[in-house]
Amino acid sequence: MDLRFTPEENAFRDEVRAFLAENLDPAVHEKLKSRDYAGKADLVAWTRILNAHGWGAPHWPVEYGGTGWDPMRQYIFLEELQKFPAPQPLAFGVNMVGPVIYTFGSKAQKERFLPRIRNLDDWWCQGFSEPGSGSDLASLKTRAVRDGDHYVVNGQKTWTTMAQHADWIFCLVRTDIAAKKQEGISFLLIDMKTPGIEVRPIVTMDGGAEVNEVFLTDVRVPVENLVGEENKGWDYAKFLLGNERTNIARIGVSKQRIARIRELAALEFSDGRPLIEDERFREKLAAIEIDLKALELTQLRVVAADAKRGNTGKPDPASSILKIKGSEIQQATTHLLMEVMGPYALPYQPQDEVGRNEPFDGPDYAAPTAPSYFNNRKVSIYGGSNEIQKNIIAKAVLGL
Amino acid sequence: MDFDLTEEQSLIKDQLDRLLKDRYAFEDRKKYMAAAEGFSPDMWSAYAEMGLMALPFAEEHGGIGGGPVDTMIVMESFGRVLALEPYFATVVLGGGFLRAGASDEQKAELIPGIADGSAKYAFAQMERGARYDLAHVSTVAKRDGSGWTLSGAKSLVLHGDSADKLIVTARTAGKPGDEAGVGVFVVDASAEGVSRRGYPTQDGLRAAEISFENARADHVLGEAGNGMPLVRAVVDQAVAALSAEAVGVMSAMHALTVDYIKVRKQFGVAIGQFQVLQHKAVDMFIATEQMRSIAMFATMMADSDDATERARAMHAAKAELGRGGKLAGENAIQLHGGVGMTAEYAVSHYFKRLTMMNTLFGDGDWHLRKLAAMGGLFDKAA
Ligand SMILES: Cc1cc2nc3c(=O)[nH]c(=O)nc-3n(C[C@H](O)[C@H](O)[C@H](O)COP(=O)(O)OP(=O)(O)OC[C@H]3O[C@@H](n4cnc5c(N)ncnc54)[C@H](O)[C@@H]3O)c2cc1C
Ligand SMILES: Cc1cc2nc3c(=O)[nH]c(=O)nc-3n(C[C@H](O)[C@H](O)[C@H](O)COP(=O)(O)OP(=O)(O)OC[C@H]3O[C@@H](n4cnc5c(N)ncnc54)[C@H](O)[C@@H]3O)c2cc1C
Repeated sequence: MDLRFTPEENAFRDEVRAFLAENLDPAVHEKLKSRDYAGKADLVAWTRILNAHGWGAPHWPVEYGGTGWDPMRQYIFLEELQKFPAPQPLAFGVNMVGPVIYTFGSKAQKERFLPRIRNLDDWWCQGFSEPGSGSDLASLKTRAVRDGDHYVVNGQKTWTTMAQHADWIFCLVRTDIAAKKQEGISFLLIDMKTPGIEVRPIVTMDGGAEVNEVFLTDVRVPVENLVGEENKGWDYAKFLLGNERTNIARIGVSKQRIARIRELAALEFSDGRPLIEDERFREKLAAIEIDLKALELTQLRVVAADAKRGNTGKPDPASSILKIKGSEIQQATTHLLMEVMGPYALPYQPQDEVGRNEPFDGPDYAAPTAPSYFNNRKVSIYGGSNEIQKNIIAKAVLGL
Repeated sequence: MDFDLTEEQSLIKDQLDRLLKDRYAFEDRKKYMAAAEGFSPDMWSAYAEMGLMALPFAEEHGGIGGGPVDTMIVMESFGRVLALEPYFATVVLGGGFLRAGASDEQKAELIPGIADGSAKYAFAQMERGARYDLAHVSTVAKRDGSGWTLSGAKSLVLHGDSADKLIVTARTAGKPGDEAGVGVFVVDASAEGVSRRGYPTQDGLRAAEISFENARADHVLGEAGNGMPLVRAVVDQAVAALSAEAVGVMSAMHALTVDYIKVRKQFGVAIGQFQVLQHKAVDMFIATEQMRSIAMFATMMADSDDATERARAMHAAKAELGRGGKLAGENAIQLHGGVGMTAEYAVSHYFKRLTMMNTLFGDGDWHLRKLAAMGGLFDKAA
């Protein structure tokens, strides 16, 4: 056992860092650092820089434009992006639908979609959840009925992240109503420009507009946009959800936020001295760091195991541990940042892509604090809530 | 011991709850928030008609002669509907300063305006870098003939943009942090030299940045250089009132959550059937009842002349608000799933209000530290 990175891995890390420092637009860097947020245009521009360098979808197989990095390098790359911080590639494309297409899709689908995903020519969104089907995803009701060489789709998706930007949506739809609920589901790729699709924004409690309702009324989808076999969509969905092991804990994001906490706690004063000098505060920060260090090693154990046996793409209960602890740590860091800002977390400033509207006389860096704390409540809800993740561990690991 | 309300108090509570039930549904609140003032002037008048503004003042000043328990009742009911009107800023803070600090003459001049609903107040206290230290005041008060003029900048003044009168702390001597040398002044918000910029807060209320440039004070409350005991007394009363409001917020939020998990179905059953959610709902319930008890304790101590014992009670209540409020608020969102994340449903607004209440007059951990430094709650009394 040797928990150190190899010299080659360290050299690789340096290479990634140097690339980020040289190529990321400083304005975008600053936006991410101070606001946890970069806009669509920023992400598109950045993805193209990465892709031109061959890093558009590092974890994909080389034949589809991947890098051939082992899981450890993939992990290091992502962590460096998050820590820097630089925009992360759009997960709906490169992490979700991309692997489904290259694993189960037709030759025509691979040729048509994969290069455009890597370059963010197509913005993808995920149409899984429905108003009546959240945790119980397999109960979904959106119907697709075959009509000649089309499917006609009717139903409603919800919580669809960034659907307002999307060119394409990958949907789970019911193609067999007689079968057991998991067995009548298919995986369809739908062009957002198809008539009959309406996107309505859902405003979240932080004032953001990242999620939407997507209504589908008699949407005609060519049969060639079915992925794999009809009624096998649930298998592909499980593959997609289980595929997310390297990034699910978002270790780098939490590391970056801890650095931010340190930076700002040195600027904010409490009872006549910088907050960072307050012992109680430092203990709280240290406690989160312990959690994060342990989780990082748990994450690396999973990565190392993947590297050894090859990523099977099968759901692994370990991802549930990573999801639960990762989300708890993200939430703890955003809460601690609230404490750093204290009363200055109070003013509300409408979010926009460009900048601030109504500056107030407090510190500028306080503005995103409360919205970020509010917004991060989502991480224990989406992608399988923490309760659902615990059910998975109880059943799959503990045998209960 | 007697935990019961008097007949008059029950009457006030019933009447207020009926008014709020009729006119403060969540959809009404959205409309009130969108108004220019950020609250409902009509509701404000309705409260005044009910006598709520007059509640804590002596009868000789046009008041009703109520005490901290009456304030507790009102604040809890306001908490339950997330009321937006500046009752806390005007009656609890502004009124608190007048009751405890004004001379008979000043009372006779100023209290009737609050009591009849015509004057709104705000407490201009916080300054950049002060955080929760009430004595961190650098705004300067200068003698000017028989009166005073003020110069400096105040931050995060709750309801400062709609106030007619401002209670302002300013320094007559010493440096920021010194307990001595702070005066409490009453300034007309439209006086020359006062400029204000209002903005919404995260919980849907309003606040303002206010600067003073040789602005004339109309009154000094008490002795100009010895205002801190007054400030601490009034802020302690305010903490008791906030604690009561938190009880209202938490109980309404809990009710919403229990209702939701009874009707939301997943896997063919109401999610309230899942034991893990039942236990979380129970934890929220326990936190709410603990908050109710500690808020009662704070209410009982709000008027105490023993500044040390009073401070202990307030530290305890505010620490519990931080801890219990976080537990209850975060679970309320979690149990609602995606719906909890939306601005459209009420539950997130309760969570946001509780979160922001934690930052007023010291967050939970700050108060915990202060209480611990004072030797805790039980060292004497037990
Ligand atoms: C910000 C955000 C972005 C999202 N983005 C997307 C997206 O892009 N695409 C997409 O398809 N979906 C998306 N989602 C949806 C997300 O996956 C669902 O919110 C999630 O699956 C939970 O479903 P629900 O909201 O219906 O909550 P529910 O399933 O109704 O859950 C409510 C509560 O009940 C608990 N619960 C449910 N079942 C059980 C059980 N068996 N045992 C114990 N507790 C249980 C849950 O843990 C939760 O606490 C997003 C959600 C959010 C909040
Ligand atoms: C120090 C001590 C003194 C005692 N004195 C007395 C006495 O004087 N007279 C007397 O009659 N008994 C007495 N008891 C017994 C006590 O009442 C039982 O221990 C108790 O009822 C739990 O039963 P159990 O030990 O069989 O545990 P179990 O009932 O087997 O419980 C084991 C675990 O499962 C949990 N559990 C059980 N059912 C559920 C459920 N439906 N949902 C969720 N979790 C559940 C429990 O909370 C516990 O964590 C005493 C026990 C102790 C430890």
